[in-house]
Amino acid sequence: MTTRIDTRFAELKKQGRAAFVTYVMAGDPDLTTSLDIVKALPKAGADVVELGIPFTDPMADGPSIQAAGLRALKAGMTLKKTLELVRDFRKEDNITPLVLMGYYNPIYIYGVDKFLADAKTSGVDGLIIVDLPPEEDEELCLPALKAGLNFIRLATPTTDDKRLPAVLANTSGFVYYVSIAGITGAAAADANAVGEAVARIKRHTRLPICVGFGIRTPEAARAIAEKADGSVVGTALVDALKNSLDADGRATAKTVNAVAELTAALARGVKGAQQAAE
Amino acid sequence: MNIAKPNSYRSGPDERGHFGIFGGRFVAETLMPLILDLEKAYTAAKADPAFQAEMNGYLKNYVGRPSPLYFAERLTDHLGGAKIYLKREELNHTGSHKVNNVLGQIMLARRMGKKRIIAETGAGQHGVATATLCARFGLECIVYMGAVDVERQQPNVIRMEMLGATVMPVQSGTRTLKDAMNEALRDWVTNVHNTFYCIGTVAGPHPYPMLVRDFQSIIGNETKTQMQEVEGRLPDSLVACIGGGSNAMGLFHPFLDDPSVEIFGVEAAGHGLTQLHAASIAGGRPGVLHGNRTYLLMDADGQIQDAHSISAGLDYPGIGPEHSWLHEVGRVNYLSATDDEALAAFQLLSKLEGIIPALEPAHAIAKVMELAPKRPKDHLMVVNLSGRGDKDVPQVGDILRGKK
Ligand SMILES: Cc1ncc(COP(=O)(O)O)c(C=O)c1O
Repeated sequence: MTTRIDTRFAELKKQGRAAFVTYVMAGDPDLTTSLDIVKALPKAGADVVELGIPFTDPMADGPSIQAAGLRALKAGMTLKKTLELVRDFRKEDNITPLVLMGYYNPIYIYGVDKFLADAKTSGVDGLIIVDLPPEEDEELCLPALKAGLNFIRLATPTTDDKRLPAVLANTSGFVYYVSIAGITGAAAADANAVGEAVARIKRHTRLPICVGFGIRTPEAARAIAEKADGSVVGTALVDALKNSLDADGRATAKTVNAVAELTAALARGVKGAQQAAE
Repeated sequence: MNIAKPNSYRSGPDERGHFGIFGGRFVAETLMPLILDLEKAYTAAKADPAFQAEMNGYLKNYVGRPSPLYFAERLTDHLGGAKIYLKREELNHTGSHKVNNVLGQIMLARRMGKKRIIAETGAGQHGVATATLCARFGLECIVYMGAVDVERQQPNVIRMEMLGATVMPVQSGTRTLKDAMNEALRDWVTNVHNTFYCIGTVAGPHPYPMLVRDFQSIIGNETKTQMQEVEGRLPDSLVACIGGGSNAMGLFHPFLDDPSVEIFGVEAAGHGLTQLHAASIAGGRPGVLHGNRTYLLMDADGQIQDAHSISAGLDYPGIGPEHSWLHEVGRVNYLSATDDEALAAFQLLSKLEGIIPALEPAHAIAKVMELAPKRPKDHLMVVNLSGRGDKDVPQVGDILRGKK
């Protein structure tokens, strides 16, 4: 089965450039503004949209994304509304791949089968679930693959060659290489070290490899795009959003643009990258 | 619920860390290789007689074990029923049962060559025990503690600092034990290469619930021997309080396959089960948090809810996965005690026995006050006195003087 993710990476490969992957939190700072932001991302140059599912206890996220999740929850966001947001986005964009990223508990409580069915009909293409390593594949990964969704796995600096095959076995869509041992929003990784890691993973898979964690600027996004099949930016966009809010944490007239402008600048960075020869 | 009774209640977890549907390894990929290493190191240590011998030496001469099994004569007379014995874990070095587990984990960390130790703490007892053993073995120690708990457990914060540990107040989320655990996990993900995470209870990803249980089982094993010595038989019932459930699991586990022994775990009912509380079995349902599937307090969307207990050590919206399983198979009865019941028990034990309990085991005493009078005089009831109340004296003093 071919998803929008597979199609998008095949196109980019033909064009000879890396993907620009954006992350924002669903429902941050409120449902309406969030939908406007998600709609604006592809127009500003995002090739793949990752949408965070808010969770009270995001154990792999730094302060910015923790706060984004709490803003969304405070404004009444739920997993059900996150799926509705995707459905509304799909009304005007049926091409851009959309990946939900988050933690397992809200999905487990929603019910795995019902979630997969609803995600599929809403127009979700893939899932990144931080706290589901291959050891727990039966929970969601295998059912998701069966339902026709991509299951995108995180590989990290601690995933050694011995472990990589297990990590890659049921991965589809792309591989998300976490460039540092750490949480989101932490210090950036060195592009050369990333290049070596990507080369190492490429020895085990033909899937595209996108790299994230710690990429904040167009220059950094470009440097990573020269070493990998995609650059992922999250915290910097979430920070741009936050800086546009009023004193009570509510959206202002600037909010959507603040995210769109940074997205455009980052996209130019990625598109300026010279792709490494395969 | 219709669940088949197992042949033994002591054979879990399976090789994937499951107790029935509970437990597991729900962690970020960064941590996965680490917890596999830990499991290997633990399996090797368990099979190494030198490891056990070294542990036994420290348990005896540093911790002060065995802890006494004490007949609480005046409490027994006062309640007029079962004969009540206190397992005196509060007499251990550092003042609680937490040290049994910390000793084991620090010995493992040393075997694994890790020099930086992190821990989460609620009441501060696990933090103090970790700071103590890090001082003893010359290891760096960082303790994450919710800002609310830093406030209400000041004596332990000061102790940890005196022992050379760094206490990191956690401002995220509800600023209690659950958030301290999130923050410790974030530290661990960031510093995997040199850091050992010393978890304070029978929770977290496999193998933690198993290894913490094993290190704490010395409580139940000693109790079995001691009861045999004084009464010539098994106890008839066991009672222990439950935060994550480590002191309870330590007492219960060696008795799980003795069907004549009734077992009671006591959760914190806070202001009452219809209001803010911390009783995950009474008021929660199965979910996934902090590396395992277990009973959790959460809303309809799977968002974790705030727990509340007067006792910082019980103020956690989850419970160890093995307890969730023991609940579902019906081997252990889970009860709960409110803040007010625990306060009353705290005062009763202090006045009748001259033992000031920590607020955590005061919850267990509160249920003993209900259970003991209904049982005959030859019924032998053991309650785990998991810690002493010194840390709670300022907080309880304020409450009793009407300041809070
Ligand atoms: C004295 C004492 N008892 C009990 C507990 C609760 O933990 P557990 O349920 O793991 O025994 C604590 C936790 O801080 C404690 O300090």
